[in-house]
Amino acid sequence: MRPFIQFESVSKAFGSLTVVNALDLAIKKGEFVSLLGPSGSGKTTILMMLAGFERPTQGAIYLDGKRIDHLPPYRRQMGVVFQNYALFPHMTVAENVAFPLQMQRVPRAEITRRVERALDMVKLEQLKDRRPSQLSGGQQQRIALTRALVFEPSVILMDEPLGALDKQLREHMQLEIRELHKRLGLTIVFVTHDQSEALTMSDRIAVFNAGRIEQIDNPQVIYDTPRTRFVAEFIGETNLIEAKIASIDNRIARLSLGAGLSAHAHAADGLSAGQTASFSLRPERIRLGMAPEGSNALDMTITDCIYHGDHMRVQLTRDDFSLVARCERLAGNWTVGAPVVASFDPSDCTVLAQ
Amino acid sequence: MFRALQTTFGIAVVIFLLMPIFAILPLAFTSSVFLNYPIPAYSMRWMHELTTAEVWRTSIVNSLIIGGGATVLATVLGTLASLGMRKGALPMVGLLRTVFLLPMVVPAVVLGVGMQIFLVRIGLASTYLGVIVAHAVLCIPFVIVSVSAALQGIDPSIERAASSLGARPVTVFRRVTLPLALPGVVSGAIFAFATSLDEVVLTLFVAGPNQRTLARQMFSSIRENINPTVAAAALLLIVGTLCLGGLGALLRWRQGRKTAAAVA
Ligand SMILES: Nc1ncnc2c1ncn2[C@@H]1O[C@H](COP(=O)(O)OP(=O)(O)O)[C@@H](O)[C@H]1O
Ligand SMILES: [Mg+2]
Repeated sequence: MRPFIQFESVSKAFGSLTVVNALDLAIKKGEFVSLLGPSGSGKTTILMMLAGFERPTQGAIYLDGKRIDHLPPYRRQMGVVFQNYALFPHMTVAENVAFPLQMQRVPRAEITRRVERALDMVKLEQLKDRRPSQLSGGQQQRIALTRALVFEPSVILMDEPLGALDKQLREHMQLEIRELHKRLGLTIVFVTHDQSEALTMSDRIAVFNAGRIEQIDNPQVIYDTPRTRFVAEFIGETNLIEAKIASIDNRIARLSLGAGLSAHAHAADGLSAGQTASFSLRPERIRLGMAPEGSNALDMTITDCIYHGDHMRVQLTRDDFSLVARCERLAGNWTVGAPVVASFDPSDCTVLAQ
Repeated sequence: MFRALQTTFGIAVVIFLLMPIFAILPLAFTSSVFLNYPIPAYSMRWMHELTTAEVWRTSIVNSLIIGGGATVLATVLGTLASLGMRKGALPMVGLLRTVFLLPMVVPAVVLGVGMQIFLVRIGLASTYLGVIVAHAVLCIPFVIVSVSAALQGIDPSIERAASSLGARPVTVFRRVTLPLALPGVVSGAIFAFATSLDEVVLTLFVAGPNQRTLARQMFSSIRENINPTVAAAALLLIVGTLCLGGLGALLRWRQGRKTAAAVA
């Protein structure tokens, strides 16, 4: 049986520019999948192909077992939330929300009832006679979401829906959308270029680079064990250091890091001894001043210390080798110039192909 | 000092432009049979003449018929053309647009000669339909400019949203595109009507004796038997044009307020 949504080697080219390249993507019913990637990586194009506004140049798209890539948008039953909300400016809030129900020829009395219930759900019932231009950005966003939800579409597609909101409101809306997803069991495909948004909201994240999926997995796996250098750099913050692989045994590589230092690290696929690779280590996985049994321990010097309120960033150096560590607070005797032991577990760092 | 000069000059230009209009208007209410000052006494004599004399009455009716017909034709065709040229689906849209706008710059005499020959060919010379078609050609550019600007202002994702919410293309047009472009369509129609109302040159070429419009009648009355009815007709035209202009301004103002509110 086919997955609920399936892209089968879908490519899309505009003229000679290939924007999506042989994409295979499967999404389960009720899943919240984020498409994450830098601007221009083809995320919007993929969403537009799913919604029906772009035709794949090659490949097939399936929804619930049926091929849909030849269907026009109005026959696909997908609720799309656009970045700029795309509310109908000449209709009131209630008329906006009623629109998809009118398209489905739902009886008038039922439309009124369902519109009321939907607006009630997002607590905006008192605004139902206003025009979109009389609403704040956050309210417009919520109306756009309500309008996309009210006709109970099989899938909700969102293209950077929170990009225009300020930080506080954005975080609030993230929680609200997650809540709705859980409560209504929605299938959501969510496009964003904000990695922290993808990490907090998604069941799975597909990380895109230049029209290809670099890695697709749940947020924790993506964060803890990035499979490529691009993913390691794009998600969160990391120390990325060129290293030589001395040996590999049972997916644990022995690395020489430079400045006479060496460490063990979890190895990605396709690496072999003797190769030069990228060593990725998250700043918060570095411990200072203790080295438990079995961990990597490096003798470093503190060269800088930056206060960030809830945490500190500590620059560690040895000759031309340096690392950034993140810790809650520093012990009193650690000052700039002091020697310190930096330690981390082999399972907390990764070696990646360059 | 410089400011004062500027202001004086500005006022002088405005007076220069408006003087002819203000000079002619009082003569609509003269009691004399001559179209000149001084005015011996005020009377409604020529206004009465304008509305009762057969030639004037029919010319007013003709202007309304032809203006109305040309407006409807130009608005429908111009709106369709603007829609067609909008999405870049057609090849050579730029060239097409230039061709549509050509009647704005082609001298009316040239257009008139061409129209005359053409209308005779297809048997529409000296008919209402012929004059309406000829006027519509002149009016279409105004509609296209106005409607294209309005369509340009519509965010394409709004139409996409409608489509994804289940609206077929015709429904998207009827429920979203047209209502949003309506101010542009209406103001295009107003321009079209005003253009048709004062069109003389083209009318001279294509209209027969039965399709004398008000402007055409004023033109010939000045040459044949000049009397103050022409001033009364001028007053009527000016009042009509002012009303249309006011309506257009009102629409633009409302549109502007809406946009301002949308931005805020
Ligand atoms: N209609 C189009 N015609 C030509 N190029 C396009 C079109 N739409 C998108 N592109 C190009 O495709 C690439 C990917 O765009 P997009 O899917 O919008 O990326 P993202 O949403 O990840 O920023 C960009 O380089 C963009 O210029
Ligand atoms: Mg995009």
